[in-house]
Amino acid sequence: MRSWSEFLSMGGYAFYVWGSYAIALVALGGEVLFLRQRRKNLQLRRGRNPHLSE
Amino acid sequence: MAILECIIEVKARVQLTTDKRATIDEVTDHDEWVKVMKINWYKYASPSNFYRLAGKLVPMFGIPAAILFVVGLYVGFFVAPIDFQQGDAYRIIFIHVPAAWMGMLLYVLMAAYAGIGWAFNARLASMMATSLSITGAMFTFLSLATGSLWGKPTWGTWWVWDARMTSTLILLFLYIGFISLQAAIDDRRRADRAGAVLAIVGVINIPIIYFSVQWWNTLHQGATIRLLNKPTMAPPMLAAMFIMLAACWLYSVAVVLARLRCIIIEREQEAGRVVPATAAATEFSGMESV
Repeated sequence: MRSWSEFLSMGGYAFYVWGSYAIALVALGGEVLFLRQRRKNLQLRRGRNPHLSE
Repeated sequence: MAILECIIEVKARVQLTTDKRATIDEVTDHDEWVKVMKINWYKYASPSNFYRLAGKLVPMFGIPAAILFVVGLYVGFFVAPIDFQQGDAYRIIFIHVPAAWMGMLLYVLMAAYAGIGWAFNARLASMMATSLSITGAMFTFLSLATGSLWGKPTWGTWWVWDARMTSTLILLFLYIGFISLQAAIDDRRRADRAGAVLAIVGVINIPIIYFSVQWWNTLHQGATIRLLNKPTMAPPMLAAMFIMLAACWLYSVAVVLARLRCIIIEREQEAGRVVPATAAATEFSGMESV
């Protein structure tokens, strides 16, 4: 079992490995957040929109 | 199944007027149940009904996706051994390869849905294509970005105009072209048709990406996973990659369906159709699941 500092350094490739996963997190997380916002905007319009009457 | 859905949308318009739909609760007999299930497929070709179905499906795919991402990363970082050639740098593979596969797969799906929407005048299929394009573009971008971060330490360069990388960049441009073309046309149906033409023509790029490493002498390595040969990877590495691929698949289904729900509402509002009151009342209140 490797120590945490060894693990985090990724054998000297820390920037590339963690960089890749950071981009992945931003891309996937960003997509989910944008989608949540898009959905929220629809909900806000409900009050004003006659087509969405309950 | 997806094709079936769309082909029957045309029929569904006739079908729905007669309103043969029985609710599931009313049926107890098994044979009746089978009949009703068949009829319900017609039901889900209508966007407003599919809206409710998709709402139930989103968490069913989204939650397993989140779990598999955690499992895949655990196996990839703690179980899979260090590569004897590339050291720890190879661990980028667990996100790079699934992202690249998803980018290609989602493109083929997008083109198929766009084509069905065009050929059968099926609104829902066209909306699905629009929804798929965003996630597909995101994964293609991710494969290029992680590939670049992998190329620097192993090849000594961020980018080369190698056949695989160039064709993948073209894939990203095709996605961007599809998205901007649709955004540029105000009439939704015309936007769908124009997008479909672009998407279908662009499918030619998919076999080019896939076979590029065989057809040309590329800096990018050849396929490690093949259908007929034994993979040349350690089992835990392979396991982590497939778990991450499954996670990406489930994630894509969840996100694409969630976006499809937004698109359905947006377009129905534009068209001035009445969104079913039940959908508005029940679905809009339970918004915690994206």
